[in-house]
Amino acid sequence: MVIDQQKMQSLSARMVEAEVKGRSPWADARRRFFRNRAAMLGLTILVLVTLFALFGGAFAQWSNEELDFSVMGRVAELGAPSLANGHYFGTDNLGRDLYARTVQGTQISLMVGVVGAAIAVIVGTLYGATAGYIGGRTDQIMMRAVDILMSIPYMFVLILLLVMFGRSMSMLFLGIGLISWLDMSRIVRGQTLSLKNREFVEAARATGVSSFRIIIRHIVPNLLGVVAVYATLLVPLMILTESFISFLGLGVQEPLTSWGALISEGAGTMNYGTLWQLAFPLFFFVITLFGFFFVGDGLRDALDPKER
Amino acid sequence: MFGFVLRRLAVAIPTLLLLIVFSFVLMSLAPGGPFTGERALPPAVLANLEAQYGLNEPLWRQIWNYVWNIVVHFDFGPSFVYPDRSVNELIAAGFPVTLTYGALSFVAAVVLGVSLGVVAAIWHNSWLDYLAVGISIGAQVLPNFVMAPLLVLVFTLWYRLLPGGGWSFNDPSFWIMPVIALSTSYMASIARITRSSMLEVLGSNHIRTARAKGMPEHRVILRHALKPAMLPVISYLGPVFVSMITGSVVIDIYFSTGGIGKAFVDSALNRDYAVMMGVTILIGALTILFNLLVDVLYAWIDPKIRY
Repeated sequence: MVIDQQKMQSLSARMVEAEVKGRSPWADARRRFFRNRAAMLGLTILVLVTLFALFGGAFAQWSNEELDFSVMGRVAELGAPSLANGHYFGTDNLGRDLYARTVQGTQISLMVGVVGAAIAVIVGTLYGATAGYIGGRTDQIMMRAVDILMSIPYMFVLILLLVMFGRSMSMLFLGIGLISWLDMSRIVRGQTLSLKNREFVEAARATGVSSFRIIIRHIVPNLLGVVAVYATLLVPLMILTESFISFLGLGVQEPLTSWGALISEGAGTMNYGTLWQLAFPLFFFVITLFGFFFVGDGLRDALDPKER
Repeated sequence: MFGFVLRRLAVAIPTLLLLIVFSFVLMSLAPGGPFTGERALPPAVLANLEAQYGLNEPLWRQIWNYVWNIVVHFDFGPSFVYPDRSVNELIAAGFPVTLTYGALSFVAAVVLGVSLGVVAAIWHNSWLDYLAVGISIGAQVLPNFVMAPLLVLVFTLWYRLLPGGGWSFNDPSFWIMPVIALSTSYMASIARITRSSMLEVLGSNHIRTARAKGMPEHRVILRHALKPAMLPVISYLGPVFVSMITGSVVIDIYFSTGGIGKAFVDSALNRDYAVMMGVTILIGALTILFNLLVDVLYAWIDPKIRY
């Protein structure tokens, strides 16, 4: 039989050819995100601040605990930012290098923000997804517990915790973690309620997948978009919380420092004419918050289907 | 409506009790008591002190006494650190100050925030709108503990217009900076929420109908758009109230206004648990009461809510 060789060849070529590349929702979202100029600016700021926190210490000529005796006592005249004596950001009122302290404060504040948000993501997602998926009475009890916890003035309880058990980093993390997951669990529960009656969950249930596996394998991956948005918006809130407590002198303790503690010190000494002590920490604090808010808004616009 | 309020109260009271029990359990678990100082006290003295404050009794008994005294005598007990002062006195000294500038800040944040949001929504995409959005984005990163030093820097150190701290009930110049510092970031959030919800309402059908029948624009906005647009704002008022109370701690410390936050932070630094718990519980009660009011207001404005 003579088969039209050419036709067969073109057919086989067509079949070998990679299938037409569709645009997945994630690729779409990524494209929207990268086109958002404010979000890209925010991302750039965050990358720079992170680099500063990670590698800024390598350029410091003084350690954060060292006192510079040559400027001590005359900080207002001699402690100003200068490249000559290695105090790029000046010194604080005790003669410590502000650059090294800002690097360290940045590390701690970023760490508190990220760890707080991570706790919120893990605990809040699992809690909310479980409550929403199981539903009924369990859901009511679980969410009522969240309501009760939310109506407690948490900042006061957090300070209570810190005072009674000593002010340490781990206590700070625990305290911030305790309150940070509440909002997240509410959001996740709402999303889960709308997901749990969808066909793919029904299919999984019909084939006998256990509830726990359905939550982990089918519900949680579908929540990732919402969770990512709120996690990005949570980080600045955690940083604000920590800075607030450190501003009051109840957060991280010397020689460790954070943006809140540095701003507090700077605010306390500004009438001696050492304005740089307020300006540098405040600058990093403000641009980082801007960065997170811009990236969070950008992610929300990119991932929220309503905006399309 | 009455049943709704009752049901909410039925949740509120256990919440408060939970807060009290939680604080007591924390206190008993904490290493070191209020009398742990630089020098260890002789055991006999310590035992006497604990007996005087009732700390030697079993935990449930302490909690019972504490709650009983609050409910029956409205008495939060004596301060652990200052034996001659009661928690009631400390609260009574600070509370009027906090309440004065707190209420002013709350009203300022709501009135200015809503006006800014409404103006931005009416003249959508005009320079007014951009200005409002710009202000609200900028103010988002200026929480009270950043605003306070900046205000003092500008108005006290540079221009010498306002006193940098202190408090007087007769001289409003002492009130200005606390109110601005406390209200700015919430005003910004309220403006953002109002703007977006107002934009949504202005695009809805009933507004088109109102305009189509020739209703004057100011009536369309005041009568038909503002009320539904206020719903998200009202549900945001509860969190604002809580954060403002929390923020008042910074104001009290930074401006030395002598409000309740000062007593709280001093007691935190002195480990004066009685004062800390008194303040926390009082604020918890206020928060719960306020949330209840917000819910009632919400239910009153939104006819879709059934209780």
